[in-house]
Amino acid sequence: MANLIIDNVSVAFPLYHGESRSLKKTVFAAASGRLGEDRKHRLVVEALRNISFELHTGDRLGFVGSNGAGKTTLLRTMAGIYEPVGGNITIDGAVTALLDPGQGMNFELTGRENIRLRGLFSGFNELQIKQLQADVAAFAGLDQFLELPVRTYSSGMVVRLGFALATAIKPQILLMDEWILAGDAAFLDKARHRLETMVRGAEILVLSSHSADIIMQWCNRVIWMDGGQVKADGTPEEVLGAYLPPDQFAQAMAAASVAA
Amino acid sequence: MIAPDQGKADLDISQTAGSQRPISITASDDWRGRSIMAWKDITEALRLWPLVWTLSLLDIRLRYRGSLIGPFWLTMSTAVMVGAIGFLYSRLFHQNVASYLPFLSISIVLWTFISTITAEGSVCFTQSEGMIRAMRMPLSLHAARVVMRNILVLGHNIVVIALVFAIFRTIPSMAAFSVLPACALWVIDAMAMTLMLGTIGARFRDIPPIVGSIVQIAFYLTPVMWNPVMLSHRGLSTIFVNWNPFYALLEIMRGPLLGQPLEPRIWGVALVYSVVLIILAGIVFMRARPRIAYWV
Repeated sequence: MANLIIDNVSVAFPLYHGESRSLKKTVFAAASGRLGEDRKHRLVVEALRNISFELHTGDRLGFVGSNGAGKTTLLRTMAGIYEPVGGNITIDGAVTALLDPGQGMNFELTGRENIRLRGLFSGFNELQIKQLQADVAAFAGLDQFLELPVRTYSSGMVVRLGFALATAIKPQILLMDEWILAGDAAFLDKARHRLETMVRGAEILVLSSHSADIIMQWCNRVIWMDGGQVKADGTPEEVLGAYLPPDQFAQAMAAASVAA
Repeated sequence: MIAPDQGKADLDISQTAGSQRPISITASDDWRGRSIMAWKDITEALRLWPLVWTLSLLDIRLRYRGSLIGPFWLTMSTAVMVGAIGFLYSRLFHQNVASYLPFLSISIVLWTFISTITAEGSVCFTQSEGMIRAMRMPLSLHAARVVMRNILVLGHNIVVIALVFAIFRTIPSMAAFSVLPACALWVIDAMAMTLMLGTIGARFRDIPPIVGSIVQIAFYLTPVMWNPVMLSHRGLSTIFVNWNPFYALLEIMRGPLLGQPLEPRIWGVALVYSVVLIILAGIVFMRARPRIAYWV
């Protein structure tokens, strides 16, 4: 059983300008007695404001919203990378976050070494790491490249490696940003197949995407983010109906019914 | 067409120990909540010890990838430095090479450790930016990686000390066994130093160069190249020796190895400074840990 509970979460980014980020300004401000005032009036960007929702096994949640609505920040917060300034997050289950294609990989190291590091991060033993390397190599189709540094890969290959790596270690909760759509068509089919297997295994999927088609096909719940707040929360039909212009919504519905 | 995937994702993360506990992240303003989170962070990093080990090993291997003798450049360059400075300074200070070189080799190797720990420690979080922003992992892991990497470098340099000792037939005293607790103290101090400087360095980008300058000055003030005994006839101010934390830390390693008896006073000074450092590092890390991901 996997659960993800977001309870009244707020996230604020402090704004440090070029100069105020340095010690110089802080020291000068302290010397002139302005530090207290400085702290009180510290400029922050409220990236997320009082967000609450719960996800349980089987949920496939999609985030929609314009750029800067807080979708990626919310994904990072749900992954536990950004700790909120207010509220509480409970993550019950192993989380994998596909947030950027780099995946925290070291681009100087070879593909195989990066896979090994990921295995160690998940607490695998040698045998499991071997298995992981074989599985990722087969899925990403990178056999001959695995011994080369990741920086020599094409961007598509990095995406394939990142995706294969993140999904080979079967997560209970998978958080995905929209970059996955950068893969080529054949890979996208494979990726969808692998994801669907995973979601069928009664786990949680959270996806942020601008593509209504993808949301319609993959999600059973949609949250519309706007200005760091939840604007609407419901089934894909309800939320997308309100979010999309009518003609695009009709198109997405048609595409989804064809796919089904 | 790429080979079909049988939909297998058979490596189940839930099989592995310790990953099943639910994580609860609460924004807490009180010290109790913060200290619990910081403590969890450190124990989690200890649990991921194999990852720390592999990361530091790969760091060193990467630095020398494509080089013929690889990491033994570390040993070589230290040996060259100890040899060159040793013969020059033994003349300048009117010292006997046979007694000066063993002293110098320990000093230089240990000081190299101190200066790289402070330099690399103050960028330990900013340099791991990619990993920090890609997934949740204990932040102290990045500090532990810097410490472990430098212990490995130290391991390569110890060869030089062993060689010098063999050549000049220096025999450590029985007190040399006190080097073992001294090593433990060094590892703990290095970890505390890295955590503290790394956190401050992530927030204030001026810190790394400032730390570099301070350590440079400390190098000249501390008896590293010179032995306080050598200059005692000049009536040198003893404050740089008696109350110098670097001197105390160096001396608990150096003294016994050079055959001097155990000095409880030096150990006392080293322990007091270490406790202060650990408390400071604890406060800084507890206070700023939740914000580090935003700063890097």
